[in-house]
Amino acid sequence: MSLLEVNNLSVEFATQDGAVRAVNNVSFSVDEGKTLAIVGESGSGKSQTVFAMMGLLAANGKATGSVRFEGDEVLGLTGDALNAIRAQKMAMIFQDPMTSLNPYMRISDQMAEVLVHHNGLSKSDAIKQSIRMLDAVKIPEAKNRIRMFPHEFSGGMRQRVMIAMSLLCQPKLLIADEPTTALDVTVQAQIMRLLAEIQKDFGTAIILITHDLGVVAGNSDDTLVMYGGQVMEVGTTESVYAAPTHPYTQGLMSAVPRVDSELDKLVTIPGNPPNMMNMPTGCPFTPRCRFAIEKCLKTMPELVHSGGDAGHMRACNVPKEDLV
Amino acid sequence: MLNYVIKRIAIAIPTMLILIILSFLLMHAAPGGPFTSERPLPPQVLANIEAKYGLDQPLWRQMVNYVWGVVTQFDFGPSFKYKDRTVNEIIAQGFPITLKYGFWSFVFAIGVGIPLGAIAAIRKNTWIDYLAVGVSIGAQVLPNFVMAPLLVITFTLWLGWLPGGGWNGGSIEYLIMPVIALSTSYMASIARITRSSMLEVLNSNFIRTAKAKGLPGRTILLRHALKPSLLPVISYLGPAFVGLITGSVVIDIYFSTGGMGYFFVNSATNRDYSVMMGITILVGFLTIMFSLVVDMLYAWIDPKIRY
Amino acid sequence: MIVADKNKIAEMAENLTGLDAVDGRSLWADARRRFMHNKAAVVSLVILTLIVLFSFIGPYFAVWSNEEIDWAVMGSAATLGMPSFETGHFFGTDDLGRDIYSRVIQGTQISLMVGVVGAFIAVSVGTLYGAVAGYVGGRTDQIMMRIVDILMAIPFMFVLILMLVVFGRSIGMLFIGIGLLAWLDMSRIVRGQTLSIKNKEFIEAARATGVSGFKIITRHIVPNLLGVVAVYATLLVPGMILTESFISFLGLGVQEPNTSWGALISEGAGTIRYDTEWQLLFPLAFFVVSLFCFYFIGDGLRDALDPKDR
Repeated sequence: MSLLEVNNLSVEFATQDGAVRAVNNVSFSVDEGKTLAIVGESGSGKSQTVFAMMGLLAANGKATGSVRFEGDEVLGLTGDALNAIRAQKMAMIFQDPMTSLNPYMRISDQMAEVLVHHNGLSKSDAIKQSIRMLDAVKIPEAKNRIRMFPHEFSGGMRQRVMIAMSLLCQPKLLIADEPTTALDVTVQAQIMRLLAEIQKDFGTAIILITHDLGVVAGNSDDTLVMYGGQVMEVGTTESVYAAPTHPYTQGLMSAVPRVDSELDKLVTIPGNPPNMMNMPTGCPFTPRCRFAIEKCLKTMPELVHSGGDAGHMRACNVPKEDLV
Repeated sequence: MLNYVIKRIAIAIPTMLILIILSFLLMHAAPGGPFTSERPLPPQVLANIEAKYGLDQPLWRQMVNYVWGVVTQFDFGPSFKYKDRTVNEIIAQGFPITLKYGFWSFVFAIGVGIPLGAIAAIRKNTWIDYLAVGVSIGAQVLPNFVMAPLLVITFTLWLGWLPGGGWNGGSIEYLIMPVIALSTSYMASIARITRSSMLEVLNSNFIRTAKAKGLPGRTILLRHALKPSLLPVISYLGPAFVGLITGSVVIDIYFSTGGMGYFFVNSATNRDYSVMMGITILVGFLTIMFSLVVDMLYAWIDPKIRY
Repeated sequence: MIVADKNKIAEMAENLTGLDAVDGRSLWADARRRFMHNKAAVVSLVILTLIVLFSFIGPYFAVWSNEEIDWAVMGSAATLGMPSFETGHFFGTDDLGRDIYSRVIQGTQISLMVGVVGAFIAVSVGTLYGAVAGYVGGRTDQIMMRIVDILMAIPFMFVLILMLVVFGRSIGMLFIGIGLLAWLDMSRIVRGQTLSIKNKEFIEAARATGVSGFKIITRHIVPNLLGVVAVYATLLVPGMILTESFISFLGLGVQEPNTSWGALISEGAGTIRYDTEWQLLFPLAFFVVSLFCFYFIGDGLRDALDPKDR
């Protein structure tokens, strides 16, 4: 049994112009202590997938399917039952560390309240433990700085605070929603290294959501590629990188600048991400896909074994051999 | 924090001086002196009176004297109309009344407005939300001078529950209608502002973080959402204060409560300039002091403007 | 490696969505479409138009003029001055026997005029002041805005009444006083807007290609300010009407024989103890309905011109 098993998860939003399906029949699993990277452009549904798991969808959103954590269904939980899962079993850090911390509360209060609420610690014990956690994420002079307000920290430091806060109850799964997108490149590397260390020290499983394949490469065990709310390709990071079998993954790969390649070979994927209000019936990538065939307009392909390494799946109407 | 306070006071002082000088000059721009009455006074008498009130001195001298008297002793001089009374005496009579119903109006506007707006935001798109939105839209067109007669029609003439005017030392039945008439539109504005700012806060990223931390809804609301939601309300308190004190004029006239507003309008019809000036300056002073307090409250809540 | 095949993509996109021919609509056409979708705003616009029309056509149906005194009614308005078609007093009479119908028409004209003219003065002064402060920037801007800060802290209703007493009560004075009272907010809003427009790329582009400063203001900045100004002006009109009514309610505004909603409400409110509610309710109804309409139209305009707010 995996730590987390997601089956046929779909997310729909009721809007004035009708229902919008942001996530469509997504399935995956995460094992204890492992890292799954979910990759896709903005609007691909990757964030909504994890929001659904955490019960954080907007009020007009509705998730269907199944999300099992250690074998127990968590989808559809509300109130205390949901709050007992959050932070203690699944914790989450967000894309924008600038706005994700409460600007009107001291870091000490924001961290301590987690331990006071979930573990029943006294305020002073909770602050002591919070300081230890800030030390663990390498915030210098944590003892003094814990009294500060978020705006007195830099972006990278705030994301460290977020990570420390999410780890307070030692969750088994940490969901990181584009944790480095809003940060400087040098800081990005530091945060990714920190996440890797934490995984080693605490044995936390991580779901890493990103649009940056460069971030995925050295930092994940498995990779799941999403587009237009659908899974396009999934497999071990090694095999997806070594032999991408989906036109979209291939496009993403060639859009990554590499130090060892010449600049003029850098390619973009033409067109824009699909409009969620107006989803095509077939494969959502069809309008941008240079291999698209007639069938792609009408039929969304099944996710099937790619013929490569075990667990490497693809969803494409065009046979792998024809993608040249 | 201290620097901030000093800076704010540094703005308040010239504002106050400008107000005093402006009203003084306005008074002197008035055609005809305060003693040009129907029956012309003998020149000697007029000169005597003018000497008594210091009107024979050059304008700048009069102004300096007046400003000096106001600033150092809060002395607004004698009334031009009621020869035996000073402006200070008149204010001392009316101000406590205005203060009493003004205070309760303020309490009502905040005490009802904030909870109403907050509940509307939390229970968005339920009947209580629609009620709050409806009340706040309706109250935009129900200013104090519309509320006052409507209340009298309902509670005095129709139901016969409350006296239609008078003060009687400010006992409760004389207080209710002035307070409601004065504060309804501000209560509605505060409800509207609270609702929209709370909706915005509830959609913000840090509330999502708080949810992800597994905190119960009550804790999220009270610890995380309430303070930032109130910031726009605090900014509105300054204008609301001005509105209430201005509206008190209508209350004093319509309900015969006998507050400062009564003397203001009375002196306006009698051209009793010194009383008008005194009240205007007092109101200005209160307004400026109040906005100073509000700004400090704001700075205290919002850590970003602490230094 | 994926290389774009333009024709193929275009063809497929067309098949898929049929949205290839997106109409290029101007901001204003777009705004009008959005405004027309706002039912409350459209209904308000219709009602307000009817009220304005009424204030011009109404007199032709009046039996009594606004100054004429019905001596038969005078002194016994409570019993004989009721609204009635027989006597020709459609809305009843006041205590002096004057026809409320005609007086409401006159009050409507004056109140609407005060609202519109007052708003016009406030908008003109405020826009000019704010645009200059915002565009010039630097020390000038700081000083100009500090002056606004100082003026804002003054309780203007009291100063306005002081002015009315000192310079005499006339409609002209009322216009100036009310208009001058309300430009402060406008100038702040326009300044903020100017600052943000000033730093937009298209202004830089215009400057880089050598367009003169004057042309930048008239061709680029002012048109972009129009939306905000229009919205704010619509919301200012009811504010002006409220201010005027407030002053007239105190008997310090519009003077007899002229009248306004505020003055009529004041009269009606003063006589409610004598069973003559119509003296209050007719002018009050016009006042309330018109203000409602202005607010809804203003809201509709704001939503139409500023879609990002929604």
